[in-house]
Amino acid sequence: MINSMKSVFKSLFLTELLKGMSVTGRYYFRKKFTLFYPEEKTPQSGRFRGLHAQRRYPNGEERCIACKLCEAVCPALAITIESEQREDGSRRTTRYDIDLFKCIYCGFCEEACPVDAIVETRHLEYHFENRGENVMTKEKLLRNGELYEDQIATDRARDAAYR
Amino acid sequence: MSELFDTVWGWGEFVWSFQIVQIVLGIVALMVPLMLCVAYLTFAERKIIGYMQVRIGPNRVGFFGYKLWGLGQPIADAVKLMFKEIIIPTKANKFLFLMAPVISLATALAAWAVIPLNDFLGIADEVNAGLLFVLAITSLGVYGVIIAGWSSNSKYAFLGAMRSSAQIVAYEIAMGFALVGVLIAAGSLNLREIVEAQQGNLGFLDWFWLPLLPLFVVYFISGVAETNRAPFDVAEGESEIVAGFHVDYSGMAFAVFFLAEYANMILIAALTAIMFAGGWYTPFPAAMVPDGIFGLLIGSGIHWFVIKTAFFLIFFLWFRATFPRYRYDQIMRLGWKVFIPITIVWLLVVAVMVLANVGPWFD
Repeated sequence: MINSMKSVFKSLFLTELLKGMSVTGRYYFRKKFTLFYPEEKTPQSGRFRGLHAQRRYPNGEERCIACKLCEAVCPALAITIESEQREDGSRRTTRYDIDLFKCIYCGFCEEACPVDAIVETRHLEYHFENRGENVMTKEKLLRNGELYEDQIATDRARDAAYR
Repeated sequence: MSELFDTVWGWGEFVWSFQIVQIVLGIVALMVPLMLCVAYLTFAERKIIGYMQVRIGPNRVGFFGYKLWGLGQPIADAVKLMFKEIIIPTKANKFLFLMAPVISLATALAAWAVIPLNDFLGIADEVNAGLLFVLAITSLGVYGVIIAGWSSNSKYAFLGAMRSSAQIVAYEIAMGFALVGVLIAAGSLNLREIVEAQQGNLGFLDWFWLPLLPLFVVYFISGVAETNRAPFDVAEGESEIVAGFHVDYSGMAFAVFFLAEYANMILIAALTAIMFAGGWYTPFPAAMVPDGIFGLLIGSGIHWFVIKTAFFLIFFLWFRATFPRYRYDQIMRLGWKVFIPITIVWLLVVAVMVLANVGPWFD
């Protein structure tokens, strides 16, 4: 009886609705979380998985040995590799394509690579203007590697202790 | 030079002597600020709801390279919608399809004719059945909804229209009953006389919201339901169904429905200000209003009407930011089984109060 009286009272005087409105009213004056994106950016983890790159050894030799482990592990079948014997007898890729439309940025290729050749950089602001630009060819990957080598190396070194 | 001025002045006087010119100019003078208010109400809605959700809302679009907290947003939106194609479904009734938004907006704007802005401004505010006119015209708004749903020749639009109109019709009754209370209290159907009945020396305590508090609440909530706003927006239900009766509309035809919805919101807020919150009267007691410029600011005037309307409009946005959507049967239950009994009971109370000349209101 008393409970039903209480609930009638509650609904008649809209107490719960007013409580809800006081919550939103208070939130109106809260500090806002919004980040002004192009001017401000969120801090990024060293393990961020962005655009791909291929690395070289310090002497300029490319790391990739065309073992095709990344192609095998890639869950999205985004990697296509063709290889040949180079004149000095070592096995090298003639074609190394990553289709960025297929890629899901899982980072498995990086994990699978025995020589740390294919990596994912922290670079995330890129776009395509023409059809076909979505395919990262070997040249583009190596160029990315040269562009971001400093950051790639420091990130890998910092993360090495936890691997 | 002065001859030229005299001729132009003469022409002006000649044109002004036609009553229709005066009326049209009056309508323009009211409609232009009103449509600007509608545009900036959409902006205020996005900003206020954004703030309540701990974000900041649109803040990029400004004028001439200045961001100005995003004040250019509604204008950019309007320009975008104007340039979009109005797609008319193949089997739609083309004439009615394009008439429906016009009906919606026209009814939302026509009601403004009888609204008194202060003690002398208004287009046709001497109409002695002003309240009936408002009720009749706002009820006609349902035709816009029904015709839009039917002429789209789509079952989804039609279902949306049925839901929407059933809701509007249901809440119209509670709303009408709430207004009967105002009639009893004010003893007049003319909106200006209703406001003048709320004059007194006690400031805001003299207004009708106090003796008619339940009717005030019922009226305002019914107003929210009438305009199909959250939490009564099942007809539109943006997270569940898409858009209801105006699914098939695009471009400016859709924008006109949008304008009509917001114009209706402003209308409901203005009517609430007129009937329950003393229209243009100052909320301060007469003894507190000084002479001079400051007195003009604090004293009664059109600015208080605008402030009160804006105050009630904020509640529309606040509700939308706070409450989850009602289920359809709950909406019907609230309208028929809660609001109508409450208003009928309170009508008796009001009648007794008027007969007994209670308090500062009815003596």
